[in-house]
Amino acid sequence: MAGHSTYEPQNAGAKWLERRLPVLSLVHGSFVAFPTPKNLNYWWTFGGIAFFVLVVQLITGIVLVMHYTPNDALAFASVEHIMRDVNYGWLMRYLHSNGASMFFFAVYIHIFRGMYYGSYKEPRELAWILGVLLFFLMVLTAFMGYVLPWGQMSLWGATVITNLFSAVPVVGEAITTWLWGGFAVGNPTLNRFFSLHYLLPFVILGVVMLHIWAFHVAGNNNPVGVDPKSEKDTVPFHPYYTLKDLFAIVVFMILFSWFVFYLPNYLGHADNYIPANPMVTPAHIVPEWFLLPFYAILRAITFDVGPIPSKLGGVIAMGGAIAILFVLPWLDTSKVRSANYRPVYRFFFWLFFFTTIMLGWLGSKPAEQPYIAWIQFFTVLYFAHFLIVLPVLGLIETPRKVPDSINDAVLGKSSDAA
Amino acid sequence: MEHTDTAEPSRRDFLYIATGAVGAVGAGALAWPFIHQMNPDASALALASIEVDVSAVEVGQSITVTWRGKPVFIRQRTEKEIAEATEVPIADLPDQFARNANLEDGADASDANRATTGKEAWLVMVGVCTHLGCVPLGEAGEYGGWFCPCHGSHYDTAGRIRKGPAPENMLVPPYKFSGDDVVVIG
Repeated sequence: MAGHSTYEPQNAGAKWLERRLPVLSLVHGSFVAFPTPKNLNYWWTFGGIAFFVLVVQLITGIVLVMHYTPNDALAFASVEHIMRDVNYGWLMRYLHSNGASMFFFAVYIHIFRGMYYGSYKEPRELAWILGVLLFFLMVLTAFMGYVLPWGQMSLWGATVITNLFSAVPVVGEAITTWLWGGFAVGNPTLNRFFSLHYLLPFVILGVVMLHIWAFHVAGNNNPVGVDPKSEKDTVPFHPYYTLKDLFAIVVFMILFSWFVFYLPNYLGHADNYIPANPMVTPAHIVPEWFLLPFYAILRAITFDVGPIPSKLGGVIAMGGAIAILFVLPWLDTSKVRSANYRPVYRFFFWLFFFTTIMLGWLGSKPAEQPYIAWIQFFTVLYFAHFLIVLPVLGLIETPRKVPDSINDAVLGKSSDAA
Repeated sequence: MEHTDTAEPSRRDFLYIATGAVGAVGAGALAWPFIHQMNPDASALALASIEVDVSAVEVGQSITVTWRGKPVFIRQRTEKEIAEATEVPIADLPDQFARNANLEDGADASDANRATTGKEAWLVMVGVCTHLGCVPLGEAGEYGGWFCPCHGSHYDTAGRIRKGPAPENMLVPPYKFSGDDVVVIG
């Protein structure tokens, strides 16, 4: 798909470089001349949007570290120092804290797009798996970043999540002590989270490169779900998609700015403006919005399953909710990629979307009835989508006729005559 | 590599495996300091015991003190609370072990085993929910003991888990009364 680069260095400097390190032809082949399906819609811009937000996070993060102090006695004050004293510190911090939400927002749309259009199917399984790995790394990074301001939510969020490991039989206690560097979340925990929070975004950047490489081997999927068959089906990435992505990024920046400048704390929790106090747990601990569906699933298991106590069961269910995404390419038995041609799958896709939204909403509710019962109901739906609906649907669903090519679909030609 | 084609393992095969094995042991030995550096350091381990004067704690009152970075609840329970906790058959408890560091491991979760002999009114326990580590709220929950707001675990007046996701009773730390009104924890 990527083919051989047609790049010809024009000036002496480029020729000199190309002979020694062909990085210009690599970029040209991947992001300029790269043949891209001509029918990509705006849902395809969210990969580029997510990358843009990653860059924003890296830049603002590096700036924040110039003013932040990772120490349990000083961290909270240093964040307030950033907000009040540092020139444009408030802007850097609000960009970074809201950037995390924007990153997840873009990536969630990106993931749902992949699910709707079957982008995970052969031969793009590895691109999908690397994407799930990226999502997992994002969760880790965001979690550790939320601990750094050392407010009440920082401390207690860290306590609850690290305590998940105590559910592991036999060695659970040793693992949590090792993670904490003490007998509770404290200064050693804050320091190591800071170290890893700085490291992981660069790991993410590396995996993003692999992710792009992986889907560039097969080429982009597209709304029709039929691979390009001729030059009529594709356009060069530049200028067609560089500009489309750029336009989408600009529109996205409006949303981003709206939060940064008008609702900078809307997505956070007021409790995190109270300095961390290891003696008092806030009345209502909730993670950030983008982790709520998984948090709900953690709380769904209120009963023992055979020899598995409910605590371990909840942890397994929550881990399983992410882990199951890794094997999605092999759970979906349908050969048809795009939901445009799978009327029954399309219904279940939207049901799954609704399920995750409901789990997110329920995850923000206190651990009481009737919320628990609803969480259990939607948790069953979540797993049933992967374990029952997708495997069975591919066998019993009659897909609509898939167009012969992207060109036919775009020009509205019926392929029945062919 | 021709030597691998022979039926008999050669001297060279042995050397390959031996070299690889020594290398693996060396890598493992080198990895350990990098893993172990994350475990509690000497200053964290040095937090030994604390002495608490509980003379001001009246019947029905609780205080919270810090031990090893964690809250410890010290409560002088009312007659009613003790009676409620004593009446419960052990078989009805989700966790039937005392979880009392001052008793042997298998001790049952009777109310007497949660307190200490001669001081049955006093409950001393690490105020950390055994589910995911939040600090439960006192005099709350369906059993009049503690309620963890994080994920809805209900503890009774002896700090035993009764309902909700927590797997164990709240832990009783090593402690003793050194005098009538002084508790030594740790």
